[in-house]
Amino acid sequence: MVHSARVVALPNPKAMPPAQQAALHPLAPKPVSALSRAIRTGTGIVTQLAAPVLTIAFLLILWQMLASSPTSALPSPLKVIDESWEIIVHPFKIGNGIDQGLFWHVSASLVRVGYGYVLAAIVGIGLGVLLGQSTLAMRGLDPVFQVLRTIPPLAWLPLSLAAFRDGQPSAIFVIFITSVWPILINTSVGIRNIPQDYRNVAKVLRLSPIEFFTRIMVPATVPHMFTGLRIGIGLSWLAIVAAEMLIGGVGIGFFIWDAWNSSLISDIIVALVYVGVVGFLLDRSIAAVGHLLTRGTAAQ
Amino acid sequence: MAYLKIDHVGISFQRAGASTEVLRDVNLSIDKGEYVSIIGHSGCGKSTVLNIVAGLLEPSQGGVLLEGRAVSGPGPDRAVVFQNHSLLPWLTVRENVELAVNKVFRGKKSKAERRDWIRHNLELVHMAHAENKRPHEISGGMKQRVGIARALAMEPKILLLDEPFGALDALTRAHLQDQVMEIHSRLGNTIIMITHDVDEAVLLSDRIVMMTNGPAATIGEDLRVDLERPRRRLELVGNPTYNDARAAVLEFLYARHRAPTLAA
Repeated sequence: MVHSARVVALPNPKAMPPAQQAALHPLAPKPVSALSRAIRTGTGIVTQLAAPVLTIAFLLILWQMLASSPTSALPSPLKVIDESWEIIVHPFKIGNGIDQGLFWHVSASLVRVGYGYVLAAIVGIGLGVLLGQSTLAMRGLDPVFQVLRTIPPLAWLPLSLAAFRDGQPSAIFVIFITSVWPILINTSVGIRNIPQDYRNVAKVLRLSPIEFFTRIMVPATVPHMFTGLRIGIGLSWLAIVAAEMLIGGVGIGFFIWDAWNSSLISDIIVALVYVGVVGFLLDRSIAAVGHLLTRGTAAQ
Repeated sequence: MAYLKIDHVGISFQRAGASTEVLRDVNLSIDKGEYVSIIGHSGCGKSTVLNIVAGLLEPSQGGVLLEGRAVSGPGPDRAVVFQNHSLLPWLTVRENVELAVNKVFRGKKSKAERRDWIRHNLELVHMAHAENKRPHEISGGMKQRVGIARALAMEPKILLLDEPFGALDALTRAHLQDQVMEIHSRLGNTIIMITHDVDEAVLLSDRIVMMTNGPAATIGEDLRVDLERPRRRLELVGNPTYNDARAAVLEFLYARHRAPTLAA
């Protein structure tokens, strides 16, 4: 009897029960339990966070080493915590006059930014639409705006103090005038960039001006608009700190100025952390709203 | 009387003080249900002819008559399928067609009828399965099919196709050409198609209108393609009528009216 070559048939994976399949293909996706999924998500978060946490730790240690000499002009992190413990642990303190917790200083600044920024968004988007749609308006207003937008925010402050005779509206005006330009210019660019194809579609369908505005202009321009809004909120937050240093009252800007006058360098550093974190959150929240509204339009 | 009449149309564009005459004395009559292709070298002004019929451009001389009435301005009775689909990216496939249907049929069809009509047109181009997808989620050929569905859904008197398959790969293009032929045979639309593809023109058209080179381009020749419908591309290989038509167009484009850049 002649032995034929031994042929080992590969088992057909489809014919086998799942458990055996998994055993046969070690790389095949195994059934995922809720626990292992949670572990995997957890590991993902840890990997994501590891780099920034390690970087911050390294920077803090470096700062501690550089500032720990007795002759150092600036306090080390541990010294900051020690000296400013009161304001760190009592952010919601309510006192007299400007003696308030940091939370209240930041909220006062945020309210000013809120008024100025909302005003800037309304005016900026409105004028941006006008400039984007009308060549005549563009020709007339663009040179004026190009000059005005280069004026540093604080340069407007004396003029607005003279006009409003009060700190609060002057600060709001400075925020407005700072953030209106990027919103205005980006909106008008967005409208100018609406593809001719979309305009042709609107013409063939005989969309009314209102339908054109809501169905085509707004969705096509929203990504540009939010670029402007995001730059605007960043500039507002930059300007408010400087403006508040000059106008006084409750607000994170004047808090910093006041701390400097009282030589409380540690308090300044704590306030700066607040300013940075709030600025970051403002930027991210506008970006998040923009992302939510531009789903679909951005990914073409 | 012709269904659509392009009557002594000429157009000039002013730019930086200089005037360029793009079209001169273009005359063309199209019957109801006819499939007419306009072919010519790029830059000869064939898309300009289409845009004038669509109403997106105003002719400097002459005019366009649809069912005996002068055309002024764009409108859904002359639906355009644009070269690069021009679907609105923030709307889903269905919403893109819906925008057109709601605009054209509001007050004429009930809400349920409009919904069925949208569905019907998407099915016509075999895109009903993707109605909830956004344009960036579907292929170029699929986008163009949705563009065709949107145009068909307006129930236009005349369908204007501006190089509708130009941006597609050869296989997708052939597939779409077959679908357009099928739709044309089912619905009997009157169609003007701009193309620079000789085979496409011969395969799809009842008539091929050949344009001379610009400036001041005009219609050089008007060729009738007497091929039985339905036409099948495989059976046409070696068909003498097909080959003659093809040869005539090639002869016009490459012997008598060579592309301006090559002629020098």
